[in-house]
Amino acid sequence: MNTAEKKPRLTTSAMIASIAAEGQRVKSAPFGNALVELAASRPDIVGMTADLAKYTDLHLFAKAYPQRFFQMGMAEQLLMAAAGGMAKEGLLPFITTYAVFGTRRAYDFIHQVIAEENLNVKLCCALPGLTTGYGPSHQATDDLAMMRGVPGLTIVDPCDALDVEQAVPAIAAHNGPVYMRLLRGNVPLVLDEYDYRFELGKAKMLRDGRDVLILSSGFMTMRALETAEELRKHAIDAAVLHSPTIKPLDAETILHEVAKPGRLVVVAENHSEIGGLGEAVARLLLCSGVRPAAFRQIALPDAFLDAGALPTLHDRYGISVEAMVTRIKSWL
Amino acid sequence: MDSPSHKPTPTLADRAYRIRRYALQMGEVQGQGYVGQALGWADVLAVAYGHAMNYRPEEPEWEGRDRFLLSHGHYAIALYAALIEAGIIPESELETYGSDDSRLPMSGMATYTPGMEISGGSLGQGLPIGVGMALGLRFKNNPAFVYNSMSDGELDEGSTWEAAMSAAHHGLSNLICLVDINNQQADGPSSKVLGFEPLADKWAAFGWHVQRIDGNDLPAVIEAFDTARNLQTAQPRVILFDTLMGKGIPFLEQRDKNHFIRVEAAEWQQAIAILDQSQQQEAV
Ligand SMILES: Cc1ncc(C[n+]2csc(CCOP(=O)(O)OP(=O)(O)O)c2C)c(N)n1
Ligand SMILES: [Mg+2]
Repeated sequence: MNTAEKKPRLTTSAMIASIAAEGQRVKSAPFGNALVELAASRPDIVGMTADLAKYTDLHLFAKAYPQRFFQMGMAEQLLMAAAGGMAKEGLLPFITTYAVFGTRRAYDFIHQVIAEENLNVKLCCALPGLTTGYGPSHQATDDLAMMRGVPGLTIVDPCDALDVEQAVPAIAAHNGPVYMRLLRGNVPLVLDEYDYRFELGKAKMLRDGRDVLILSSGFMTMRALETAEELRKHAIDAAVLHSPTIKPLDAETILHEVAKPGRLVVVAENHSEIGGLGEAVARLLLCSGVRPAAFRQIALPDAFLDAGALPTLHDRYGISVEAMVTRIKSWL
Repeated sequence: MDSPSHKPTPTLADRAYRIRRYALQMGEVQGQGYVGQALGWADVLAVAYGHAMNYRPEEPEWEGRDRFLLSHGHYAIALYAALIEAGIIPESELETYGSDDSRLPMSGMATYTPGMEISGGSLGQGLPIGVGMALGLRFKNNPAFVYNSMSDGELDEGSTWEAAMSAAHHGLSNLICLVDINNQQADGPSSKVLGFEPLADKWAAFGWHVQRIDGNDLPAVIEAFDTARNLQTAQPRVILFDTLMGKGIPFLEQRDKNHFIRVEAAEWQQAIAILDQSQQQEAV
């Protein structure tokens, strides 16, 4: 095969794709850097991983605090249970792996060892939802559903680098187990352009609008903001409410915003339509007797997703900006 | 193949050469890939598909076939190369590797590719699946073997050792486990991530017949497969292959060891040229 006469390349899936778009502002390793900074004043913090320090930015912590870093090998069940053991001895473990392996393989160990005793372990799991083109083995489309089922577990789904770095000290200050969806590597930086601060348990209005309220978490908030800009060109006024804490939900803010009349409510999430933010919000609204003009979900289908390039897959499953604009317009 | 024993060694060297070549070609398509692993594992795959295993290229789901489970799904590039060499996948599909709607995704999946028995990739699942298939085959009086191909990183997972204990308990003489000891994992050398030595002693203590050999020494690989298949004892068999990542391409062999080996755009063709050259020299 000669390079010169080769056919044009088809779109390919990157090994570990960044969710940042071409030319987007990014910040490198917000989690690793924030943890290193926090650890200076918190000598109880330890870092633990299951052979994925380099791929979760925890290698920065390992480098800064080699004595406080524990490589547990590619053994996620051990990772969770040993982190529980560390916490029982008064330490504050920040542990990392990929979201699929942490949640699916080690579920019982999170549930029984960590959560049932309310141990102070911070689970920081990378590749949330559809952030890799590797197929179902690596796509954590169900992590929120599983983690929401664990009593007492606080769940955070940050949007960007700012969210991640502010969430690190916030979840450390919270006494109890936390599951955080981790964005690593070159992470988009978006929220610094808004008057925004991460607060655990709080949803924040990022922009207001009369026609549509997009309620979102994770990088779908970034998509929601771009979608709102696009919709404006079509004379559609969209508000964006970012809810990075999935559990417990900020019921007060959400109910207050949804109760405002005449808006289509769209919950947008990088997760299966089963068991994530959309269902959590739907339940909250129904149980509280608050009825929006209409309610729709933008989420991944209840299916084993394809392998392929991320932009292709985001289009295919309706979570790209283009797909979101089209769908929201069709619902109005 | 149906009559494997007549394949002479040079043919297997040829096969290993072509498996390496196909893997490099696929790496070039993507501009990246687990090509270091594929080059290291090529000799084992050549012997598996060119010498040891029973299968029908035109009928990949033939009931009598030996089952080859790619537990380490990220080695898909290596197995695709072997499946092309075996005639199960057409060579023309090389160019679609890792592309949208290709039958050759980056991580191996049973639903995508003929000859891919399982969807690996969530590491540590192959051997437990292999136990079930070996039990099932024995139950059906089907004499086929189950080969579980796995990485040394998978030795870290508890599920591997649950399966190891189970296979010995059930006396699964139709289960052959192939471990790639390339001393590499995501965070660094396996010995630094989670030490597993003395490895042969561990498997032996679990009740397995154990061989440990140089996985890039073709005659030794052939002999090890023959020994594992012909053994008369009622126990599972494991072959521990010490391999060299990047084997066959000196500049890749010497490059800093990494889970993803770094290959510059121009280097793919250089690597292929080196491979072709050493193949021609051997033929002389
Ligand atoms: C259960 C599980 N945990 C973690 C991972 C992420 N992961 C992919 S490859 C890898 C390294 C494992 O070691 P090995 O397969 O020996 O690596 P290689 O020789 O290919 O560098 C890890 C941790 C995974 N795929 N599955
Ligand atoms: Mg390895």
